[in-house]
Amino acid sequence: MSWLLPLAVILPLAGAGITLVASRRPRIQRVISLGVLAAQLIVEFAVLVQVNDTGPMVMHIGGWTAPFGITLVADQLAAFMLVVSTIVAFAVLVYAISQGMADESETPETPVSIFHPTFLILTAGVTNAFVSGDLFNLFVSFEILLTASYVLLTIGGTRERLRAGAPYIVVSLLSSLIFLSAIAMIYAATGTVNMADLSVKLAQLPAGIVATLQALLLVAFGVKAAIFPMSAWLPDSYPSAPAPATAVFAGLLTKVGIYAIIRVQTLLFPPGSFGTLLMIAALLTMLVGILGAIAQSGVKRLLSFTLVSHIGYMLFGIALASQASLGAAIYYVAHHILVQAALFLGAGLIERVAGTTVIARLGGLAAAAPVLAILFFVPAMNLAGVPPLSGFLGKVGLFEAGVADGRVLALILVAGGALTSLLTLYAIVRVWGRAFWRPVPEVTGLEDGRDALETESGRPLAVRRRAQREAQRRITSEEAARLPIGMVGATTAIVAVGLLLTVGAGPIYGFTDRAAASLLDRNVYVNAVLGSGAPAPPGASGTDEGTGGGG
Amino acid sequence: MTGTIILALTIGGLFACGIYLMLSRNLIRVLLGFLLAGHAINLLLLVSGVGGVPPIVGEPSNGEAVADPIPQALILTSIVISLAVSTFLLAMAYRNYQVTREPEVADDLADSEYAGSDPSGGQE
Repeated sequence: MSWLLPLAVILPLAGAGITLVASRRPRIQRVISLGVLAAQLIVEFAVLVQVNDTGPMVMHIGGWTAPFGITLVADQLAAFMLVVSTIVAFAVLVYAISQGMADESETPETPVSIFHPTFLILTAGVTNAFVSGDLFNLFVSFEILLTASYVLLTIGGTRERLRAGAPYIVVSLLSSLIFLSAIAMIYAATGTVNMADLSVKLAQLPAGIVATLQALLLVAFGVKAAIFPMSAWLPDSYPSAPAPATAVFAGLLTKVGIYAIIRVQTLLFPPGSFGTLLMIAALLTMLVGILGAIAQSGVKRLLSFTLVSHIGYMLFGIALASQASLGAAIYYVAHHILVQAALFLGAGLIERVAGTTVIARLGGLAAAAPVLAILFFVPAMNLAGVPPLSGFLGKVGLFEAGVADGRVLALILVAGGALTSLLTLYAIVRVWGRAFWRPVPEVTGLEDGRDALETESGRPLAVRRRAQREAQRRITSEEAARLPIGMVGATTAIVAVGLLLTVGAGPIYGFTDRAAASLLDRNVYVNAVLGSGAPAPPGASGTDEGTGGGG
Repeated sequence: MTGTIILALTIGGLFACGIYLMLSRNLIRVLLGFLLAGHAINLLLLVSGVGGVPPIVGEPSNGEAVADPIPQALILTSIVISLAVSTFLLAMAYRNYQVTREPEVADDLADSEYAGSDPSGGQE
């Protein structure tokens, strides 16, 4: 069954090639993209079931065995992330196709033909990152998904998108450079890039060298995961991208960074190392992120800041490095992928209905678009951690793990997490209350001025304003009624899967807990990759390091 | 030994110049910086392996050490990735020039919103 692993990566890549060739035939592009992602989802479900039954699934590409060839590995964590990420990618694709079809009649010259191939390459990169069993392959997958994300972020090449894309691209390039230097130094120190092999060989190195290598990797992944103080690029660049691109970035890209941090922290380096530093970073990420969110005047920027802020929770779980905390962190990752993607898709719908996402100009949407109001409300409450939704369950799990840990810093983090949760509720309720609940705001100052001038000759000001507001409401309602069914359906689907995480919390939480247990027991992973008959070769790293691949 | 010190200094110098250039707002400078830093990493990868005679199939003639081929494979991959990213950066720099008629990236219009000067003017 291990042939399923490369299949999950090859499917979207092949789909990208076909959609690129068929770039002038949008109908074929749509069918191929949807078919490929659906097939990928089925494959990944099969992987998940198999891994859950029989433990990690390993594929040695080309028959080159573990330390030398490229290895693909799916353990429970990887399989779980695969399924969740592809569900989100599929829903976002449906949303994007529906939006594109609705817009096609108006703007035929929009360069959408590269959207499908780029999106599929992004999916392939994310998939490859989750299943890669060596560091260099992980680097290559990062480059695949980042390069695709550069294109998606600057799609159309407008002035604003180029402006927003430039810092994102430079920061990503820098983090990739750091990652690749870390790989070079790890190879120089150990003579291998295979993670299972590294798990054995890094333990034989002096502690100082290991700490240096770990710090380099953590910086590289920290930039990708948007951990404070390396998070400033995210709220700057995400809001200007098209809604589907932002949703998939917010859902998947930062979580790939978090996944990489979980992987190296549990597999490569001493358990719980850098714990204090990670906890401080987690606290600052939570607080700085959410304080930034409160100050925002636009929905998408606000959501970007909450995205940064909630990365802190996952980092908290990783820093504690206990089974309970890691299990909660993995559950939280899944919850956050779904919720954040749903909210960004919702923001896209708001933009479509009201023509803007600036909070000051929004209003009266609950009456105009009741379905949208619910679709935004459910993930918003979920994000804030209102019981009994999955955000609440994940946070409770993390807080319990923090209290069980007992260190003072862990208790401070529990308090910080609770505070962040409350502030998130404040920030998100402010958006919902203003955009949906309050009456339509007075329209722009220019027209107000004209109103004031014409008051004496015309009808009284209040009557005119009421009429104007009524007209505005009617336009919004018409826009809401014209929302493409695919966009609403895709958002509904993600919200529903997010609720499924609450309804099925028992078994899913049990699964993530088992995933955490097998992460902490490295032998499961190492034996699966290197073969159980190959224990640590003592002293091997000194003499024949690096020459093993020769001849 | 001097060889490694010279290599280490070269790598450090290339990194310093490359990252300095990448911090610029001018996209062409960013590209040049990226290329320099890419060379630094390729050298770093190269010195991470063991040197020796070419790793061709068959036994080395007089028992010499065989060069480690893995760093070379890694460098090759890294060069290909640099090529793709450089192409993208060039396209982006050209597009940016088309739109703004300047080599540098434009100002963030939304920043004025946070400076408090024009609360209604900023787009998200």
